[in-house]
Amino acid sequence: MSAEVKAKPELRFPVNPGGWYEGGSSVEYTTNDWRLERPVVNLDKCVGCLYCWIYCPEPAIVPLEREGGRPSKVKVDYDHCKGCGICEQVCPTKAIDMVAEEVKA
Amino acid sequence: MEVQRSTEVKKAFMTGDDAVAHAARQSRVDLVAAYPITPQTIIVERIADFAANGEFGGEFVPVESEHSAMSACIGGALAGARVFTATASQGLALMHEMLYAASGLRLPMVMAVANRALNSPLNIHNDHSDIMGSRDSGWILLFAENAEEAYDRVIQAFRISEAVNLPVAVNMDGFTLTHSAEVVRMLSDDAVGTFVGRPPRRSTMLDKVPKSFGMMSLPDTYQYFKDDQLRAMDGSPAAISSVEREYAGISGRNYGPVKSLHAEDADVVMVMLGSYAGTARAAVEPLRAEGLKVGVLSLGWYRPFPSGELLRAVERASTLVVMDRSVSHGAPMHPLASDVAAALYRAGARKRILSVVYGLGGRWFTEDDARALFRYASKPGPDFESFFYYGGEMR
Amino acid sequence: MSSSGGPQVRSLFEIERKERLAPGHRACAGCGPMIAVRQILQAAQEDPVVVNATGCVEVVTSVYPQTAWLVPWAHVAFENSAAVASGVEAAMRALKAKGELEKERPVIVFAGDGGTFDIGIQALSGALERGHRMLYVCYDNEAYMNTGIQRSSATPYGAWTTTSPFGKAWPGKRERKKDIMGIVAAHGVPYAATASISHWKDLMTKARKALSYDGPTFLHVYAPCNRGWRFDPSLTVEVAKRAVETRFFPLYEIEGGKYRITLPVTKPRPLEDFLSLQGRFRHLLLPEYKEALETLKRMVDEQWERLSGMARA
Repeated sequence: MSAEVKAKPELRFPVNPGGWYEGGSSVEYTTNDWRLERPVVNLDKCVGCLYCWIYCPEPAIVPLEREGGRPSKVKVDYDHCKGCGICEQVCPTKAIDMVAEEVKA
Repeated sequence: MEVQRSTEVKKAFMTGDDAVAHAARQSRVDLVAAYPITPQTIIVERIADFAANGEFGGEFVPVESEHSAMSACIGGALAGARVFTATASQGLALMHEMLYAASGLRLPMVMAVANRALNSPLNIHNDHSDIMGSRDSGWILLFAENAEEAYDRVIQAFRISEAVNLPVAVNMDGFTLTHSAEVVRMLSDDAVGTFVGRPPRRSTMLDKVPKSFGMMSLPDTYQYFKDDQLRAMDGSPAAISSVEREYAGISGRNYGPVKSLHAEDADVVMVMLGSYAGTARAAVEPLRAEGLKVGVLSLGWYRPFPSGELLRAVERASTLVVMDRSVSHGAPMHPLASDVAAALYRAGARKRILSVVYGLGGRWFTEDDARALFRYASKPGPDFESFFYYGGEMR
Repeated sequence: MSSSGGPQVRSLFEIERKERLAPGHRACAGCGPMIAVRQILQAAQEDPVVVNATGCVEVVTSVYPQTAWLVPWAHVAFENSAAVASGVEAAMRALKAKGELEKERPVIVFAGDGGTFDIGIQALSGALERGHRMLYVCYDNEAYMNTGIQRSSATPYGAWTTTSPFGKAWPGKRERKKDIMGIVAAHGVPYAATASISHWKDLMTKARKALSYDGPTFLHVYAPCNRGWRFDPSLTVEVAKRAVETRFFPLYEIEGGKYRITLPVTKPRPLEDFLSLQGRFRHLLLPEYKEALETLKRMVDEQWERLSGMARA
């Protein structure tokens, strides 16, 4: 197997001088495969208090914003939820249940 | 010191520290964060004087250590400001980890280093051990031989660092240059202000689009950053020369990467850094009158190492007396000797090298000493010798 | 420009709810410090520039090329975040004076207890003494967590860490927790306060207050680490809450040198309620560490007495 020993003249992985990067790019990185359980929001019980949102470390809780008013309820960003379960603990109306993720055979 | 407003050159009699302080003042610096250490203290004090009288256009932050001085400068540069600091010896060693951060982040900034020996034992006098400990930090390293050159190089350093996005350190011999008063032909505030202009646009923390600086880079990406950084250093000679030429246009002074006194026409060339080159030069003409073909080559650039100019200057020489004012313990050669030998090797050239360690901790070096070394090197001897020179005695 | 007390945060509906932190960072599930960072950033009323010391928060949010920060952010090293922030702040002032910057941005530092109490104390002290305008937030998870749970001077007496394990000779950490608020207060800063991620209203109000001052301000935020303290990730907020309810971590502020307990705890829960949730303290409930437990309780009582005294003065 022949290998390229010397790096090519142009950088294969171009970098900004000093390695800065534009903010917010982490959203492309999904951390959903970390969890063993997922939070399920019971929309009948959810009163939109936003406690789960202010206590979520990610954030993986998204307030359902309304035009000019307070958010109605919340939904879960399942691409990024790590299944920590804090939201279930802090919800005052017990509207969130942590449900076991299906184990893929 | 009254502030010049006209375009004339003013002949001043001042120390190297004074000159550097004026250079920083005139160069429209936005932020000076510095901590005092002998023999750089006068630089900081002078800038504080300027600031107290409203003559310094930037912020003066008296930080609580050299490490914080470099950290604050890095913060300032990340915000897009033109920054300046100064240090020496232990201070440089204390900020050592931050030097790598500044160059790794590709930040323009200028630092004056009043070269002084490193502990232990404690010695506050001049040698080059402090900067040699940081020669791999990715900073552009320039050396001044006199107060006027220090003044000139500091002003040029702002333009150089902003052109290549690498930090620049201007080295000046502690006490010898920092505290001795010499004639400095200062340019006017307007001339310097116009020359340095304002920093060119680059990505900073104050940009509208939020950017993250100093991220964590895993094995898959880190090496690319160092490659990019090295390419910047390797490509810097053109920018440095360009700035030097432009400055020569307003000052009439251009030192360049190397300064030669008869090196091209010598059998024995003494290769040196710093102010003792002047002492060595004083020994040249009398010896040449005797028939000894000697010369002196003083390096103005140390990083990037001016291999090409060095090799061209010493092409005809058979013997190089390479003078080191620092020790590389356990290494096959001391810092400057090692760089010179490596440059020769790369060109397929080989010469007799006398690696001399001298002037440590401020130890004296006189014309007589230079003469003694030139005579010694002019006699036949082994291809390589390395020894400590104490003055008035050989070994 | 200075004012006493910015607008009180009364509800989560009156704030802008602008996300200044993107998900996809690599923090452990249930990370307390990340909750602290989110709450502070939500409390801010304009986009700050952030300087972050090396540590958990910095490492998990900036794995190149993925950065979770939707505000300008810089990390330089572990011990110098206050110094770097000083440079940013001074630079903005200089550029504004030269007409090159329209408006200075608020500067917020996020550093852990390691980068604040220990290796970072010099830089912090310098920045506070020089009076730079910045909000320095210390997220306290009571150990050097990012390097693997080693003790810091913020680790409480009796706590297990890898460098202060309990055994036949040691009860866990043998030294008391350093009083960082006392050290900060000694610098005469306009505002300093403790806060807990469990009490978001108190925390966010204090953050807004701190940001309104034209000078250095300090927030000491209790941010439990489920990995290092050994508890289930879902209990992070509960653990922080019990720290407050047992008087283990009092919530108070020092404004213009005047102490005020912002959450009075008239009937404290027994300390065991807090300790029993955490693996790092469970050994203190065993008979052989009875003396250590008594010492810890005494420290909690003494701290509360001293604080109450200063609040009354």
